[in-house]
Amino acid sequence: MDERFGLDRRVTLPGDFPLAGGGVLPELTIAYETYGTLNAAGSNAILICHALTLDQYVASAHPRTGKPGWWTRLVGPGQPVDPEHWFVICANVLGGCMGSTGPTSTDPRTGQPYAMDFPVITIADMVEAQARLLDHLGVGTLAAVIGGSMGGMQALTWAVKHPARVKKVVAIATAARHSAQNIAFHEVGRQAIMADPMWAGGAYAADRPPAAGLAVARMAAHITYLSEEGLTEKFGRRLQDRDAVSFGFDADFQVESYLRYQGLSFVERFDANSYLYITRAMDYFDLAEPHGGSLARAFAGVQSRFCLVSFTSDWLYPTAESRRIVRALNAAGAPVSFVELESPFGHDAFLLDAPEMNRVIRGFLTA
Amino acid sequence: MTPVPLRPDLAAVADAVPEGARVLDIGCGDGQLLAWLRDTKGVEGRGIELDPDDVAAAVGRGLAVVQGDADTDLADYPDAAFDVVILSNTLQAMHRPAAVLAQLVRIGRSAVVSFPNFGHWRVRLSLSLGGRMPVTRSLPVSWHETPNIHFCTIADFEALAVEMGLTVERRAGLSSGRQVALWPNLLADTGVFVLRR
Repeated sequence: MDERFGLDRRVTLPGDFPLAGGGVLPELTIAYETYGTLNAAGSNAILICHALTLDQYVASAHPRTGKPGWWTRLVGPGQPVDPEHWFVICANVLGGCMGSTGPTSTDPRTGQPYAMDFPVITIADMVEAQARLLDHLGVGTLAAVIGGSMGGMQALTWAVKHPARVKKVVAIATAARHSAQNIAFHEVGRQAIMADPMWAGGAYAADRPPAAGLAVARMAAHITYLSEEGLTEKFGRRLQDRDAVSFGFDADFQVESYLRYQGLSFVERFDANSYLYITRAMDYFDLAEPHGGSLARAFAGVQSRFCLVSFTSDWLYPTAESRRIVRALNAAGAPVSFVELESPFGHDAFLLDAPEMNRVIRGFLTA
Repeated sequence: MTPVPLRPDLAAVADAVPEGARVLDIGCGDGQLLAWLRDTKGVEGRGIELDPDDVAAAVGRGLAVVQGDADTDLADYPDAAFDVVILSNTLQAMHRPAAVLAQLVRIGRSAVVSFPNFGHWRVRLSLSLGGRMPVTRSLPVSWHETPNIHFCTIADFEALAVEMGLTVERRAGLSSGRQVALWPNLLADTGVFVLRR
């Protein structure tokens, strides 16, 4: 195994890949990054699961934007997930647009991109794709699965679907189901994309994407990742490069300018159809649903230890959702730790400097 | 690794926990007692703690600790989920002590409760002769800053246990960590009770 950081790995696993929704993919490609070395006992593997618009570049530079890895505050030398000790794996999710099979991939049966012929996928499908990758890498048991937001949903699903394969689960700023409000915001984003004429029923060329629609989707979503307190502190009512309002519809306010920038830069690195499919997978997520609505029953067979972290100002996946998971794990008799950390930064807090979160995760992983 | 010796009041609580028991420590702080019980008695421990820094410290010890409030969160635990539920030096800070006690004996096959004895002679002296709320070794914070809102004496607690129909399996009065045989309600600074439904 090559031990260099990153390396932009990719593997195509032949054979049918059946999906929870009933569809079948004729083959499965997984793009992934690894850091560190799997030890002889195979006991030091940690899987990092990424959030909606993130990717496998958890601790290595993004090939398109050149930006450093998105979670170098947690994964890297001297951090709680130090590749010196752990074999770290992070894969682009099924349905993603950074190399794993998704709507931008070519359907081997037609020679054309899947686009909207791509089957609707679920969080559980993403986990099964990761499990296939681990089989390929020769990783039997995971010392830990760690994820925030949608990554946390995958981490929880891992514990439920593959109880014997996961020793510890770290689920941060997440939920065991998508709420009506979560679904509502995603629907706004999807409608923005589909209302863009450039979307063309999903059959757009790679160099002519529905950029306006995707940018608006990102703007709406980005608000949900922040907090009112954070926005007020960062922007207030301050004006952008001007001394007075223009009595027009330019980006007078800094917050408008910021959101427009977020929307535009997102288009550079993300695919609109992928956004539709992954948001749908999240909306369908409800761990309790296959168990008669009882989350405790969903966790009945788990064998992992759990650590949950929430943030005070996260209104996308608020503390109440983490507490619901904690309650169910307690009822199922699973060992669970939980802490709500103070932060003004909303949902995004888990990606920012969070020394308390690092302290908890370090303790949880090493203890 | 030899475990650090326990605070005397915690040692009295720990004595009441059998080997290998499933234990829930409510208000577990940084997990000192739970870690000690795990390391010396092979206990399978869980904790609840209000303070996030303490939770972080306890998780760092490898303990399963949930940030939460005993006044509200105990209802979430199933009946008889634990062999022993511990409430050490916390009852007096609860909003509804009797409701919390009822939860303890529901969740645990037995409950170990320790609390500062407001009937201790120093407290009585402070009130009767000094005319002031006591600030003593076991009650070190002045009245307006203390989180302790529901003080009781050992006799009060005994009466509440009777009123609630609970079985008192063991009772002990401690003075500076030592068992007091005579007049515990006067001479003990801490009461320790083992209760059962």
